[in-house]
Amino acid sequence: MGPVQLSTTVVSSQGFRDRLKEAYGADISLCYQCGKCSAGCPAAFAMEHTVRQIIRMVQAGLIQEALHTYSIWACAGCETCSSRCPRQVDPAKVMEALRIEAKNQGLVSDQEADLFHDLFLQSVQSNGRLHEVGLMARFNILSRQIFKDAIHAPGLLSQGKLSILPHKNQNPDAVARIFANVKKKRGGNK
Amino acid sequence: MKRIGVFVCHCGTNIANTVDCAKVAETAKDFPGVVFACDYKYMCAEPGQVMIQEAIREHNLDGYVVAACSPRMHEPTFRKCAERAGMNPYMVEQVNIREQCSWVHADKTKGTDKSIDITRMGVAKVAQNEPLFSTTIPVTKRALVIGAGIAGIQAAIDIADAGYPVTLLDREHSMGGKMAQVDKTFPTLDCSACILTPKMVEAAQHPNIEIVTYAEVQAVDGFVGNFDVTIRKKARYVDVDKCTGCGLCSEKCPKKVASEFEMNLGTRKAIYVPFPQAVPNKPVIDAKNCRFLVEGKCGVCKKVCPTGAVDFEQKDELIVERFGSIVVATGFEQFDISKYEEYGAGRIPDVITGLHLERLMNASGPTMGKIKRPSDGKVPEKIVFIKCVGSRDEAKGRSYCSRACCMYVAKHATLIKEKIPTSKSYIFYMDVRTAGKNYEEFYTRAQNEYDAQYVRGRVSKIFQVGDKLIVRGEDSLLGRPVEIEADLVVLAAGMDPQQDAKDLARTLGISYDQHGWFTEAHPKLRPVETHTAGIFLAGACQGPKDIPDSVAQASAAAVKAAGLLSKKELTAEAQTARCDEAYCSGCGLCVSICPYKAIELKRISERVHGGTRERQVSSVNQGLCQGCGACSVACPSSAMNLKGFSNDQILAEVDALCQR
Ligand code: SF4
Ligand code: SF4
Ligand code: SF4
Ligand code: SF4
Repeated sequence: MGPVQLSTTVVSSQGFRDRLKEAYGADISLCYQCGKCSAGCPAAFAMEHTVRQIIRMVQAGLIQEALHTYSIWACAGCETCSSRCPRQVDPAKVMEALRIEAKNQGLVSDQEADLFHDLFLQSVQSNGRLHEVGLMARFNILSRQIFKDAIHAPGLLSQGKLSILPHKNQNPDAVARIFANVKKKRGGNK
Repeated sequence: MKRIGVFVCHCGTNIANTVDCAKVAETAKDFPGVVFACDYKYMCAEPGQVMIQEAIREHNLDGYVVAACSPRMHEPTFRKCAERAGMNPYMVEQVNIREQCSWVHADKTKGTDKSIDITRMGVAKVAQNEPLFSTTIPVTKRALVIGAGIAGIQAAIDIADAGYPVTLLDREHSMGGKMAQVDKTFPTLDCSACILTPKMVEAAQHPNIEIVTYAEVQAVDGFVGNFDVTIRKKARYVDVDKCTGCGLCSEKCPKKVASEFEMNLGTRKAIYVPFPQAVPNKPVIDAKNCRFLVEGKCGVCKKVCPTGAVDFEQKDELIVERFGSIVVATGFEQFDISKYEEYGAGRIPDVITGLHLERLMNASGPTMGKIKRPSDGKVPEKIVFIKCVGSRDEAKGRSYCSRACCMYVAKHATLIKEKIPTSKSYIFYMDVRTAGKNYEEFYTRAQNEYDAQYVRGRVSKIFQVGDKLIVRGEDSLLGRPVEIEADLVVLAAGMDPQQDAKDLARTLGISYDQHGWFTEAHPKLRPVETHTAGIFLAGACQGPKDIPDSVAQASAAAVKAAGLLSKKELTAEAQTARCDEAYCSGCGLCVSICPYKAIELKRISERVHGGTRERQVSSVNQGLCQGCGACSVACPSSAMNLKGFSNDQILAEVDALCQR
């Protein structure tokens, strides 16, 4: 791999950075690479690039490289990074934006995570809230690992932590409106 | 009709690039009253001024307009220029075709048109100008220095050496400020007390310096040359004249409380001297903790005092004194680390600040100079320093760099290694800023000779496991999260303005920035002056500063203050407000609006239809009026006018603009 051609990458990625700022309110030019985000991130152990490095990639214009990372899917969306960041960069928003962008471009690097996200949202869309058992069952079937984590089910069921049937939200119209609004705003396939 | 001249300046290419200066001058020749107009490359330069003076004589001008830069920059220049040619300096108007025309317009036609318009306005105004004459005011040849830290002490000594009496005031019991709490100073590692104590003693013994500790400024009236300052001397409950400083009282006092000076790491009595080298070395009773003052019982100190100096009856005392100038040197406060929840600050006893460590290293501190961690008194082996705590962190509302932490952390790492040779320091940093003389060398030595391990990154959390502190950050050069098991964590807490800085600013009538640091009149050219004439700034009250910078600025402020005091008298503002009593309805609106308390209502009697009638009108004290113009805007009867900016003059300008 030759050196990164900063003169081209930075210019060509300006649009993406502008969008980050306008649509997500995340101004990555503020980041001074302190790593406080990564140091607090509970998912950092599972990432091949830390949050701070992802932000750096975006600063350097390596958007495609960032979109291909596994890190953006390992992110738990917990927002520890954002609440700690001394420069108010909002790294969690950047991670989210990258996930959406990756999905829009069909560049999802972790098929399982993507499948999980989709099933999660479908469950919320149809029930108005999450139905864990349904999600687990569909995920296990579609990811072809039928018995994944199944060993935990009896215990959880007996403790009343899982329920076989979904609990429905009382206001399905509102849920539908939320989904429609989000779709309109993001313009993507999510 | 007045004979008016117009001089259009190119300011090199600054104006000429976007304004057709020759055309502006040419057009101006047709404005009413204009008998001469020209343009030139640099009006403020010697040849330009000579040209103006020749034109004044040759064309017998009554007044002139110079179309150039901002009056803030060169109005005094052009006024003096008029004076040299025998013209009253207030017959000059400067209009700003640089900032208002050439710098804001890209289009030359627009720039030129606007320049012509505002020049026309200037001509209309000058046609209405009247010669103004300044009066003089006497100067009280005494200075007040507020805050007796290193900056205040230095300023006081310098003013006193220049031969003027100085009152040096501090709200604490002793002089010394933050520097008194510091153990050693970078980059030379002199012991702080060794260089501060002689200064304190010098100030205390100086025939021109009066030290007033445990006192606060309550109100300030008056103006440059004559400030009337109300000082509240708080009750010490000890008669300092009788007290010999023998210390018997403190020894026998039964009440022990945490010592603020020792950052709560040690204790003091209810009657106490904050530290051994304190000046004045006379105790004070802390009324909140004194058993006699709280419960009416005890009074041991009074019984044992051999000179009868303890006086429970003492009350706060208000004194009013007049000063010619004031130096503000109120310093800073250490940032409150409990704002960093993630660092456990305030909860975990072994997470301390730089000032705590200073006390732990100090030979007269609570541990006699042995570094022991607060929780269990163990000598720490692994010490983690975290820089920029409360600095460069917008999430915590501190965008600025505190300037001293990089160096004091390097100092701490050096000293710790000397005191505990088997120890190891880890320093989390963002940038290392060592811009002072011999600073970089000092920092490199901490790394190379004292084995300090610098890690680039900001720590995200600290938590306790057993008796260890787990510090988690990212080494952002490595690109990997790192963890250190530490015995002690020292947060390099940054500088905050004093919590009540804004109150003092309001009392003094000076301005402050969004954080509460006092603002200088100009960041480059007037760094120690405030916008209020006669009030100067020294040290960290103006923004974070280390000791060398504070001392340098203090001397600068002292020179300014002494320079002012050296004047026989001051020229008062000539552009002051004037009330036309015929129109004044006596409503008093102007009285409440004047920020300088320059207006009073008075009663006049006048003859109406053969009889006499009394009524109330306002009158302006010409010595106090600063010419801000607030009153003339507020006055509903247009009775109040600012000389040089009267309602008629401003209307004439507006008319000129409308008539083109
Ligand atoms: S915490 Fe904020 S400033 Fe620091 S590296 Fe992460 S995004 Fe950048
Ligand atoms: S939001 Fe994502 S990147 Fe940020 S701390 Fe949580 S898991 Fe890590
Ligand atoms: S111009 Fe008016 S408001 Fe301003 S200082 Fe003078 S009297 Fe007071
Ligand atoms: S505001 Fe005007 S009318 Fe009222 S007292 Fe003042 S000068 Fe007189």
